[in-house]
Amino acid sequence: MTAVMGTVMGTSLRRKEDPRLLTGEARFVDDLVLPGARWLAMVRSPEAHARITAIDATAALDTPGVEAVLTGKELREAWTQPMPCAWPVTDDMKNPVHFPVAVDEACYVGDIVAVVVASSRYAARDGAEAVDVTYERLPAVVDLEDALSDRVLVHEGLGTNRSYTWTLAPDPPAVDRAFAGAAHTVRARYVQQRLIPEAMEPRGVAVVPQPVGGEIVLYSSTQIPHILRVMVGLTLGIPEQKVRIIAPAVGGGFGSKLNVYAEELIAVALARRLGGPVRWTEERRENAVATIQGRGQIQDIELAADADGKVTAVRVQILADMGAYLQLVTPGIPLLGAFLYHGVYAIPAYSFECTGVFTTKTPTDAYRGAGRPEASYAIERAMDEMAHEIGLAPDEIRRRNYIQPEQFPYASPAGLTFDSGDYEPTLDRALELVGYEGIRKEQADRRASGSTRHLGVGMATYVEMCGLAPSRVLASLNYVAGGWESATVRLLPTGKAQVVSGTTPHGQGHETCWSMIVADKFGIDPDDVEVLHSDTAVSPLGLDTYGSRSLAVGGVAVELAAQKVLDKARLIAAHQMEANEDDLEFVGGAFQVKGSPASAVPIQALAFEAFTAHNLPDGMEPNLAEQVTFDPPNFVFPFGTHAAVVEVDEETGEIRLLDYAAVDDCGNQVNPMIVAGQLHGGIVQGIAQALWEEAVYDEDGQLLNATLVDYLVPTAAELPNFKLDHTVTPSPTNSLGVKGVGEAGTIGSAPTIINAVVDALSHLGIRDVTMPATPQRVWKLIEEAKAR
Amino acid sequence: MITAPFDYVRADSVDHAVQLLGTHGEDAKLLAGGHSLLPLMKLRLATPSVLIDVGRLAELSYVRDGGDHVAIGALTSHHDVATSDMVATDVPLLRRVAGQIGDPQVRHLGTIGGSVVHGDPASDMPAAMLALRATFVTVGPGGQREHSVDGFFTGFLETAIGADEVLTEIRVPKVPMAGWSFQKFQRRAQDWAVVGVACVRNDTVGIGLVNMGSTSLRATAVEDALGSGASIADAAALADEGTEPVDDLNASPEYRRHLAHVLVRRALEEASR
Repeated sequence: MTAVMGTVMGTSLRRKEDPRLLTGEARFVDDLVLPGARWLAMVRSPEAHARITAIDATAALDTPGVEAVLTGKELREAWTQPMPCAWPVTDDMKNPVHFPVAVDEACYVGDIVAVVVASSRYAARDGAEAVDVTYERLPAVVDLEDALSDRVLVHEGLGTNRSYTWTLAPDPPAVDRAFAGAAHTVRARYVQQRLIPEAMEPRGVAVVPQPVGGEIVLYSSTQIPHILRVMVGLTLGIPEQKVRIIAPAVGGGFGSKLNVYAEELIAVALARRLGGPVRWTEERRENAVATIQGRGQIQDIELAADADGKVTAVRVQILADMGAYLQLVTPGIPLLGAFLYHGVYAIPAYSFECTGVFTTKTPTDAYRGAGRPEASYAIERAMDEMAHEIGLAPDEIRRRNYIQPEQFPYASPAGLTFDSGDYEPTLDRALELVGYEGIRKEQADRRASGSTRHLGVGMATYVEMCGLAPSRVLASLNYVAGGWESATVRLLPTGKAQVVSGTTPHGQGHETCWSMIVADKFGIDPDDVEVLHSDTAVSPLGLDTYGSRSLAVGGVAVELAAQKVLDKARLIAAHQMEANEDDLEFVGGAFQVKGSPASAVPIQALAFEAFTAHNLPDGMEPNLAEQVTFDPPNFVFPFGTHAAVVEVDEETGEIRLLDYAAVDDCGNQVNPMIVAGQLHGGIVQGIAQALWEEAVYDEDGQLLNATLVDYLVPTAAELPNFKLDHTVTPSPTNSLGVKGVGEAGTIGSAPTIINAVVDALSHLGIRDVTMPATPQRVWKLIEEAKAR
Repeated sequence: MITAPFDYVRADSVDHAVQLLGTHGEDAKLLAGGHSLLPLMKLRLATPSVLIDVGRLAELSYVRDGGDHVAIGALTSHHDVATSDMVATDVPLLRRVAGQIGDPQVRHLGTIGGSVVHGDPASDMPAAMLALRATFVTVGPGGQREHSVDGFFTGFLETAIGADEVLTEIRVPKVPMAGWSFQKFQRRAQDWAVVGVACVRNDTVGIGLVNMGSTSLRATAVEDALGSGASIADAAALADEGTEPVDDLNASPEYRRHLAHVLVRRALEEASR
């Protein structure tokens, strides 16, 4: 099945997207010029939990430029359905009714309680400031275990804060037997702190009702124009075909724009009501509470192992923070990790349970890795714990437990089939890149000399399931949509190619990569391929971009569609050359009789023949245009090993990251530069979770670090140059042999860093550091360890 | 991230700025590089009704030889301070401090005078001024006056400068042969210090503390102990005396006091080499 990489594929072709991004030519939602558009500003609850007793708009309406102030009660009739949750993970899942504008009660800081309409963004902002809302404060509940006790209910009507409990336990007695007979067991609790996605471009919405025909054009900084169109139709009662969604240039998402947001629905409702364009641009500080957050889990993991350090069972229970409401896929995020708590190891007995819990905080949802970084973190931290328990080196315990190359396709204990893998070479190479033996020696020397600068080395081998997803598997998980992807490839009369993709890039480089795939297929220049996307009028079929799916599903669809075009061109060539199609070969962009270059007919000539239709085989339709919908037969399972070297200053608790190596395997690489870019960004986001980032809430449910001064997104200045290398284990489940890479870096890096930090401090008796490992937190741990 | 409404006027000269301050009164703020004031306004934590822009007064951007001191115009950018040969030779500590403020954008737009009069205890420049025993020159309706750095930082974001005065020049005594150190403990390169220490040591010692109270502070107890012959370690143990460090997400007061001990010791060790 594996395609041979072509002359363009496999090279680091510069991105076609970059000139317009670097010159400012790219247009984001906020850049759109929409004469006469009214601006919206949201009045948001400053309370985590409160009854809305009165809303006085008098002063706001006196603000120059303010035209209207609309409350949740006034807008209630605009919604034919509440905000959508597309992933009811269990039949008895509790899902509170959630309208775009709160009607009686606000349930988190940032919940929208009223909307201001004004002639300018400044007037709208001043108007929002002037709206006087009277709140009757209700108790907040922030901590997950506190919430689970139902001491304070987020939604009185549900009678509980427990949304659902989802279990994956194929053989519970086997797990019990493994623990009963274990030579070693470890038990650990890890906390996945909440993270703010902080896409470089905050969200933005603009709605333009068309003057004739009744069509509504919704511009949104979204990852999911196709899904959004369906949901706008359902929640507002608009015929779907009258809704056109355009995602113009989108400045990143990391999953946070994989959602249907209140502001999108509000803007459509008000544009229809007012009969003219309206727009809204999210402010950066607003983004921290108004856009979903990621992670937010408490993980209890137990491992059982035999005397040789072979792990025999894993048992996991997690509490997952839903926040105040279920957004589009909130409840399903932990399930994307549920199958991966045995990691890269052949652990026969498996048990997983997740309980989703409501709190009075911003809803959580997909954030880069979505469930899989959490799983990878827990198993990779626990494996280090087990190594310590047994007295094995961390690399040795991993080697003893890896799923072996000959075991693929591997039937996992959680019920998946891992497509391909060869884990140990990535470990060997990662350790070589950081000079593992030398670091161990220097670590010992420093400890012997009494140095206060402690050296640590950490490693993690990860595997993830991505390329979402086989539609039937999604059905078995209660997800309400499929996982296919669509592509159309057209060879135009002049021999240029046009690709219409259902994937919706927001930084990934699809235009470059899809061009490379098609260029190789037809033997043409990548600049002669145009990729169209992210506009439902141009690309009506698609399921969008998330879950490292675009290449492994959408890119494969492009390849298959291009192949269909080429197959048809071959028939035309055979017809015109009066040759048998099996006697033709395609070389350098032309069909020729095998071994006879003189007979060559270039693909461009065949494109023109298909267009004129003057001399086609009997019964053949004119034109070269083929559409393919690809539903993948399986997920893809990229993997890799990361290794890090850190230095911890005992006096201050400061952690310096000295070295970082990542050896990843995403199968065949279409563009190695783009792969490296994905890894760089992903690795930093995982390191950021390990060392810097956390959405900190106080007990009243107030977010204490909503600004980028306080929410610490690291920069290049804090990080070493990464040493990247890779192995290539193609996926046998798709024609390109590719696996996703958008989330891999994030999944590998957080446990690598914390393993390194704990390794640095292990001789002091420290066994764990909670993320983020801030200097103050590390200093306290050291002080406590010294006092013991 | 959108400010409250405000008016804007541009001053043509120092005297014009003084006159405009007199006209617009307490609700006016001087705008120099804007890198402290504008973020506060965008968060609506500051809502001045008038901004008086002095940012284009080129005559206040200079580094000059003042004999026993280096004279620096109040509107000199951090970048220009950090890249001045005279500063590098005669006040190397100042070069280091200016070169680590914020990021390159901040250093090109932010000014030394703006940083001083903003009086933010988390800013590095005021602490460096304390260590270097700088003098500030202001112009007001009553003419020019000079302020010693001691006593200048009167409270959180408050200084001894009058509401109708403009800071024009900063005079930093030359210390070409002195040992020095700048210890900035921060989470990210662009951040304010969690705790910072600026230190100059020759026959006397000057130590300024960043973020150890509601104002920039002189580590008086350490300076006095060293003057009385105490060891570096013993003196550094007094680093938090007289401080009232804040509690925030980065550090508890206890941790800040601890960091002050460590960083003052490290600063003195480096400055004494």
